[in-house]
Amino acid sequence: MSRRELAADQPANFAFNADYLARANRIIAKYPTGRQASAVIPLLDLAQRQEGWVSRPAIDVIAGMLDMASIRVLEVATFYTMFNLAPVGKNHIQVCTSLSCWLRGSDDIVRACKERLGIGFGSTTPDGMFSLAEAECAGACVNAPVVAIGDDYYEDVDGAGMWRILDAFKRGEKPAHGSVTRRDGSAPAGPPTSLTDDPTKPVPKQDLAAAKAAYEQAKAEAAAKAAQPKT
Amino acid sequence: MPKLTIDGIAVDVAPNTTILQAAESVGVEIPRFCYHDRLSIAGNCRMCLVDVEKSPKPVASCAMPVGEGMVVHTKSPRADKARAGVMEFLLINHPLDCPICDQGGECDLQDQAMAYGFDRGRFQENKRAVRDKEMGPLVATSMNRCIHCTRCVRFATEVAGVPELGATGRGEDMEITTYLEKALSSELSGNVVDLCPVGALTSKPYAFTTRPWELRKTESIDVMDAVGTNIRVDARGREVMRILPRINEDVNEEWLADKSRHACDGLRYQRLDKPYVRVMGKLQTATWQEAFDAIAGRLLGTPGNKVAALAGDLTDVESMFALKELLVTLGSHNLDCRQDGAAIDPTVRASYLFNSTIAGIEHADALLIIGANPRKEAPILNARIRKRFLRGGFKVGVIGEVGDLTYKYESLGGTAEVLSAIADGRHPFADVLKAAKAPMLILGMAALTRAESAAILGAARRVADTCGLVKDGWNGFNVLHTAAARVGGLDVGFVPGPGGKDTRGILDGAAGGEIDVVFLLGADEIDTARLGKAFVVYQGHHGDRGAHRADVILPGAAYTEKDGTYVNTEGRVQRANRAVFPPGEAREDWTIIRALSEVLGKTLPFDNLAQLRKRLAAANPVFATTDAITPAAWGAFGGNGAIATTGFDYPVVNYYMTDAISRASRTMAQCSESFASGAASRKTGTHG
Repeated sequence: MSRRELAADQPANFAFNADYLARANRIIAKYPTGRQASAVIPLLDLAQRQEGWVSRPAIDVIAGMLDMASIRVLEVATFYTMFNLAPVGKNHIQVCTSLSCWLRGSDDIVRACKERLGIGFGSTTPDGMFSLAEAECAGACVNAPVVAIGDDYYEDVDGAGMWRILDAFKRGEKPAHGSVTRRDGSAPAGPPTSLTDDPTKPVPKQDLAAAKAAYEQAKAEAAAKAAQPKT
Repeated sequence: MPKLTIDGIAVDVAPNTTILQAAESVGVEIPRFCYHDRLSIAGNCRMCLVDVEKSPKPVASCAMPVGEGMVVHTKSPRADKARAGVMEFLLINHPLDCPICDQGGECDLQDQAMAYGFDRGRFQENKRAVRDKEMGPLVATSMNRCIHCTRCVRFATEVAGVPELGATGRGEDMEITTYLEKALSSELSGNVVDLCPVGALTSKPYAFTTRPWELRKTESIDVMDAVGTNIRVDARGREVMRILPRINEDVNEEWLADKSRHACDGLRYQRLDKPYVRVMGKLQTATWQEAFDAIAGRLLGTPGNKVAALAGDLTDVESMFALKELLVTLGSHNLDCRQDGAAIDPTVRASYLFNSTIAGIEHADALLIIGANPRKEAPILNARIRKRFLRGGFKVGVIGEVGDLTYKYESLGGTAEVLSAIADGRHPFADVLKAAKAPMLILGMAALTRAESAAILGAARRVADTCGLVKDGWNGFNVLHTAAARVGGLDVGFVPGPGGKDTRGILDGAAGGEIDVVFLLGADEIDTARLGKAFVVYQGHHGDRGAHRADVILPGAAYTEKDGTYVNTEGRVQRANRAVFPPGEAREDWTIIRALSEVLGKTLPFDNLAQLRKRLAAANPVFATTDAITPAAWGAFGGNGAIATTGFDYPVVNYYMTDAISRASRTMAQCSESFASGAASRKTGTHG
């Protein structure tokens, strides 16, 4: 992570479109009067969804809507790395390089992205289609390594898989997100290793009285054995 | 009332007290950086960790409320080790530049590192580097030194009421900055320098001039506004290097307004350091004897009613008293301390005081401001109003156009005649005042310097009477003065005597030839063109408007150069002390008048300050006690009549330049430039 500040080039103004404005007002209405500032994160998110990034005019507009000082909104926008403070490509690729993903081969993914797109971290392809960013833990370590493209997570990716995903995006397709190896959620990659019984079959009824008798007998035997003098 | 033990001392404190406050109450000092009594609790520096029995971890004492039966150890090995750890982390990124840091010698981090610091660093990596921020002409930044205590952020948001400072980024990348790096648009911005526990925010005008141990410290009183802020004047040799606030809970708490803090460089420029006499239309340097002879030659033979005197806004009580005595012995009653011609009734003391007192603002629950802009006229007092406002249940109504006061108020209209509607109960705000338990009004100089000001004063008095502003133990009628000398002048009776002329009369008389000799005691805020052909004696410390017109100049002492008494807008008598000697041949003002009286053959009956003050106290018992408020009795004052439907002309348009000292100050000139134009411009090498 590095220092986060507003981009040098800023648009002259910002306004929510009608749909987003209605959504923003619905979000603000969730909070009691005087507590509108609580809506700052969802509103910044809306602004980012509309424009692709959070600009200074957007910060000022949101500050005005929530009756906050602009610096307070800026503090929030710079705190969360999910808010882009500069324009990003249409497909914003965030590769997790934190410990779990790195151990599972995120370096290959990074190399694939850099070679396939011809850009490094923090830059955007000249056609504006892709931008690449290094992300801290994406919070999906069980399916490491993980790449986030826009809102979607691509999990269990390897170098070749990343190459294929990027090819698909380049063709204008949108490959299915989730586990690339088609794992079921975060279940093990192979067959189940526990809870292997067929859950549809009834569990055989246990004879609790017999089990208790067996336990008592074993306990008595153990006590008797302990009581025997050592030879 | 929870009982707890701190370092073996049993403490019994109110609930919701923090451990740190409880420790302080029994004299146990706990180190801290982010905690400050007058700001909200942040709990982010972790320096105040203490050891609490049965607690698994050390506890941040500034944020931890006391609990029944707590056993706290502030000096146990565990507490010491925790603090040493915090200190080591703080020093990881703090540069070792104390020799070139302005905070050196008065730095909390430096001091506490002596107690908790390790003698070498274990951190082998590079220290972080942070770009310095532009914060205007008063605050210099060196952001590498910042330890992120956020005191400045909390001060700007809470006390100053300008939420422009903030912490962007997070973790190692956290930085303190103003929004878009504009200068802090507050009249209290200099206080962030005092609050900064390290050298990240330092005073720009004072940069690299002196070390704290080289300075001679004198406790004194500020005269840049009528609040009477308690200050400490730090001087080296003959020069005032800087001015800092002193704590006085009743007046300024521990804040100081920017003009009071930074106009002190004006004490070096444009000074009158020799007597001057105008010969053949040109001012020429003279000896004291020549100057006195010139005055005596003109005065003797002039009838008393053709002599007049005006006192300026920075004048001490002693010299006004001496000059008044002199004029009375000369047979003149033409004297006035109200340069702006304010329609103040000098006979009823309660009519010109801030009767509620500044600390009393905190007990008020409704406020009506008429023709005053407290933010510009008395920033410290405005901060007190904001403090009261933040507690809630405080309605503020303003008559006049004042812009942002840092708190919300209801605008009742821009014209003065709304006041008569409130006085007659025709306006809804009258009900607000009536419903309040402790309502108050503040009448500003903009309302009292109009043609029909007597009627405004009368209407304000009717509001006070009809809306219950004056009752047992509470007087909600307040006048906010802009001149430090004003209340003192009124208290010594530096006002027209029987048949005497007031400011307007004196100026009209001088223009019309009825007044032959005018004595200006530091009076610069008058239209000197109207002095006509009168013989003008100017006694003061700066070559400002009055001195330009003068025929004889007597060099006096500025407020840091004399022992003087000032009465603030509340009527609080306070003594200023001499920090340095006046420059050149300039003398303390009352001694000049005393010497002149001898030349005139009307020797005044005091030879030293003690005698003068004794006579002063005899003339008005108010001066017998200092640092205390003498409650003034309510009386009848003010006139009747129609109030014009025009807006107010506020006396303070440019906060940074209001008097001879601030007009001579280069720092204040820079402030005027950057704040009046509204742009924080970082000048390049080719600028200008």
